[in-house]
Amino acid sequence: MEQSTSKIIGEPMNRVDGPAKVTGRAEYAGDHQVEGGIAEGFIVEAPAAPGKIVALDVADAEAADGVVSVLTYKTVPQQKPYGSPEDEGRFTQSHAVLENDRVRHFGEPVALVVAETLEQARYAASLVRVEIETEEGVFNALDHKDQAEKPDSVDGLDEVDTQDGDFETQFSQSTHKLEVSYLTGAQHASAMEPHVTVAQWDGETLIVHMAIQIVASAVSAYANTLGIDEANVRIISPFTGGGFGSKLGVHNEAILAALAAKQCGKAVRVAQTRRNLFANGPHRSRHLQELKLGADASGKLRAVRHSSLASMARNYPFAEAPASPTRASYAADAIHTFHRMVKADIPKVDSMRAPGEAIGTLTYETAIDELAEMCGVDPVEFRILNEPTQDPTSGHAFADRRLLDCIRTGAAKFGWSGRVKPGSRMAGRKLVGRGMAVAIRPNTLSPAQAEVKLAADGRLVARLDMTDIGTGTYTILTQIAAETLSMPASQVLVQLGDSRFPETAGSGGSFGASSSGSALLDACAKLKSALSERLTESGVSANAFAMKDGRVLANGKRIELADLIGAEGLSADGAVDPDNHAKGQADYSYGVQFAEVEVDADTGEIRVRRLLGVFDAGRILNRKTARSQLMGGMIFGIGGALLEESLMDDRFGSFMTRDFAEYHIAVNRDVPDLEVHILDGYSEHSNPLGSKGIGELGICGAGPAIANAVHEATGVRVRKFPVHMEDLLDRLPAV
Amino acid sequence: MKPFDYQRLETPEHLGHVEAGRFLGGGTNLIDLMKHQIETPDVLVDVTRAGMDRIEERGDAVLIGSQVSNTDLASHPLIRRDYPVLSSALLSGATQQLRNKATTGGNLLQRTRCQYFYDTARACNKREPGSGCDALDGLNRFHAILGASENCIAVHPSDMAVAMAALGAVVVTRKRDGTEGRIPVTELHRLPGDRPDLDHVLDEGELIVAVELPASPPRLQSYRKVRDRSSYAFAVVSAAIALDLEDGHMRNLRIALGGVAHKPWRATKAEAMLEGKMPEAALFMEALEQEMADAEGHGHNDFKKILAPRVVVAMLRELTGLGGN
Ligand SMILES: Cc1cc2nc3c(=O)[nH]c(=O)nc-3n(C[C@H](O)[C@H](O)[C@H](O)COP(=O)(O)OP(=O)(O)OC[C@H]3O[C@@H](n4cnc5c(N)ncnc54)[C@H](O)[C@@H]3O)c2cc1C
Ligand code: SF4
Repeated sequence: MEQSTSKIIGEPMNRVDGPAKVTGRAEYAGDHQVEGGIAEGFIVEAPAAPGKIVALDVADAEAADGVVSVLTYKTVPQQKPYGSPEDEGRFTQSHAVLENDRVRHFGEPVALVVAETLEQARYAASLVRVEIETEEGVFNALDHKDQAEKPDSVDGLDEVDTQDGDFETQFSQSTHKLEVSYLTGAQHASAMEPHVTVAQWDGETLIVHMAIQIVASAVSAYANTLGIDEANVRIISPFTGGGFGSKLGVHNEAILAALAAKQCGKAVRVAQTRRNLFANGPHRSRHLQELKLGADASGKLRAVRHSSLASMARNYPFAEAPASPTRASYAADAIHTFHRMVKADIPKVDSMRAPGEAIGTLTYETAIDELAEMCGVDPVEFRILNEPTQDPTSGHAFADRRLLDCIRTGAAKFGWSGRVKPGSRMAGRKLVGRGMAVAIRPNTLSPAQAEVKLAADGRLVARLDMTDIGTGTYTILTQIAAETLSMPASQVLVQLGDSRFPETAGSGGSFGASSSGSALLDACAKLKSALSERLTESGVSANAFAMKDGRVLANGKRIELADLIGAEGLSADGAVDPDNHAKGQADYSYGVQFAEVEVDADTGEIRVRRLLGVFDAGRILNRKTARSQLMGGMIFGIGGALLEESLMDDRFGSFMTRDFAEYHIAVNRDVPDLEVHILDGYSEHSNPLGSKGIGELGICGAGPAIANAVHEATGVRVRKFPVHMEDLLDRLPAV
Repeated sequence: MKPFDYQRLETPEHLGHVEAGRFLGGGTNLIDLMKHQIETPDVLVDVTRAGMDRIEERGDAVLIGSQVSNTDLASHPLIRRDYPVLSSALLSGATQQLRNKATTGGNLLQRTRCQYFYDTARACNKREPGSGCDALDGLNRFHAILGASENCIAVHPSDMAVAMAALGAVVVTRKRDGTEGRIPVTELHRLPGDRPDLDHVLDEGELIVAVELPASPPRLQSYRKVRDRSSYAFAVVSAAIALDLEDGHMRNLRIALGGVAHKPWRATKAEAMLEGKMPEAALFMEALEQEMADAEGHGHNDFKKILAPRVVVAMLRELTGLGGN
């Protein structure tokens, strides 16, 4: 199908990489083939931790059929110390593995068995004998509150703590007071594609095909781990099969593949099994969140205090910020927020989709619902009543805030008709409840660059080291280039995921589309003015022109591109610099979520019946992929409220739910009626495209809308997530 | 996965002629466990092409070949008409893809999903006799409340077996020496006692040939599976009930529970209390409380003691037309 070239951005264009994906032509990292074959590596996990390896016997493994090599801390090639250099960020520091006889956390690799086939490697791995002398470890922050520290920084925010206004006074003078604490479970972003790397060395150069969200920081991580020049690291990652934060940085399999390839002198593939992931992939920590809210008789918020306690992996500084939404959602006379962390002997804790807001709105928005109920104010009205006129904590003006539009549109579309008495609405043996919550997420812009090259035959190639993790990046970038250059989308070829291409910040934090898109927009705009100049030089002056099939159409004339730009074509570089945008503005994406649930009156089983979201994310780049992102986020929200939890046995510090039969993600049947509405918009302060982050927005507010609906259905407030039937069972109304 | 030899059984009669080994049905459980080094057989005997894949009506019984897939069994017209509890139990299990592969024999002998059984770094008497049971004081939300021992509190995860237990099904087997065995499904699985490594009573090398369902089952049947998500989740608690109502009296009542024990649990005490009585909500609850008198929770699974009776009572009310409150 040929799109009209005038307006392409925003159109619900099908994915340009769709046919390649459904026909298997899209090459993911694990698919990569190497001439001369690939040896397969299999990870041997530490059975206990923290502690010291006191025995490690690999003789049987080495003697097994097909085994090429067994890497242990004794035999592994040279690496830089884990976590060095100290002044680098967590994604670019050394991720040394098999470093010494220390084992930091359960499941950490103690050996890598490399064999000719995966089956041989896997079997030989079972023959490795390892003995760990364990020491007492810290596994659950809640058991070690005395060790809580203020972290140096928290994810995504400028300040770890904030204290605006006199909380104690405002709280004590409040008419309605709520003091609640919540537990949220640990979660793993289990993407469909496992964490996988194929590594090979070409002389001094490391060539890596890997599943990754940010190419450039992975290059630095390899350089810093292996002590080699960044110029000697080439990463290729044209497709990544889902990340959700778990592929922002490099993980053990990535480093192991590079080390093994060096050791064995041939290409080596290391893929984490699904079970590996729950020890060798990053996770969202369990959190304890305490909230103190006060309101006056009319329901106006006076005092808000939100503090969070969680675990941080020892030697891996990452702290999630659940109090982030609390700083910006509502006006109050005093807002205090705190984040504390306990260093623990557990696998890496890192960003998982909507870090901060996913679990922060879950607690704050359910507490707000409870407070609204105490005040006798409808939850929709309560939110309208407490709408701030400026960012409550920074005091900055909002770049543009259309939360109330979202709320009013949502209430109308959902048919919100106020609360009913909890536990009073039934359909057969099901208790039915409704609830709502607000979605908010900071919108950010990251530095990015892009290059475009127009060939004389009219085809445009755009290159960025940006990744497409299944979100639709190829497609929206194609649309941006096509519209900016007034050319058919079919003549645009976007190439991504190669460290030789101009650097972007990759996919993460919902900044990917806006950042890389803005850089590409700039490159295309530059190319366009260069082309304009050529037109003028050739005597055709035109403010507007279009391109098709190697010709330029201007002022009713058709000019051969070849005559304008010659055989060498025309190139341009573009970039976006965040410092030039949203300066002094508080920039967020917004939304509202309405949910209807049913709770079985006999068993307490909870099922979502309806979920409806209305979102404002500025200008929409592609209505279809945007909707898919939001829908996926909302489904994540169902998981957060009702399903997803990685259970750790705190006696051993090991996660026990290590496959999809145990780690529950919502299935189709859990998602009956899902509606996504997107407001039309253009956020001029956010970035040159006028778009905002969308990938994580859909999660925000979805979980608490469901939890609030569960309360209306049953009259029970559950203050731990995910909510299970047993949390309701003995408190269900007798009906 | 340990390297193994592969053999194929041509007919059940040839059993004595193939090397002794583990039978391979659909492999959806066994192969998984082999990958994780939990099962390490030297020989696999593939029984999927031994001609045991038919469902036959035999006057006084329906004979289900042990290789009939879960999908085929669930969708068979005879099963759907006369044994709907079995059909719905099967359809509540796993996913379409798994049910296409899974066999009747394999489903019966699938092993527990206890997370500690699956993790070779943890102590588990079932996997490694004498090593201990990490589930006892650990994460045991899915574990047994009835018939467990201090050596093992695992549950049998099958939905199908629960329905078969309620239907009074009999397992037909063949031993290596050619002798035939007949074991009621309710006696196929063991309670853990001090040998939790033994799931069932079959001899080594004893092949399940078929499962026999008695003809003329009770008319009123129902299967209910309580689970955390609406599909693709093992039962937290499940129940299969079959009964007749004659002149307002309950007859031939069978109640089987899943997710509560090392085997499908026939609630014989409750059945005895209710047999021949008129349906009455208070009586249902009393009978189930009686059944649960010896139930014991281990922390995370305490709620099952409340949940299991509530499920059965709700089902009985619906089946007997008492309805909600
Ligand atoms: C993700 C997942 C979810 C699942 N969810 C559910 C669920 O919700 N409910 C449920 O009930 N089940 C569930 N299952 C389990 C599934 O039903 C079983 O895996 C399946 O029924 C096993 O059948 P199979 O033919 O594949 O057995 P196999 O894996 O081939 O064999 C299982 C065992 O039976 C033995 N065996 C096989 N055939 C015979 C025979 N003829 N005679 C003697 N021994 C034999 C084997 O030696 C082996 O020990 C799930 C499985 C998975 C992987
Ligand atoms: S409950 Fe049984 S299967 Fe689970 S750890 Fe204990 S012994 Fe093993």
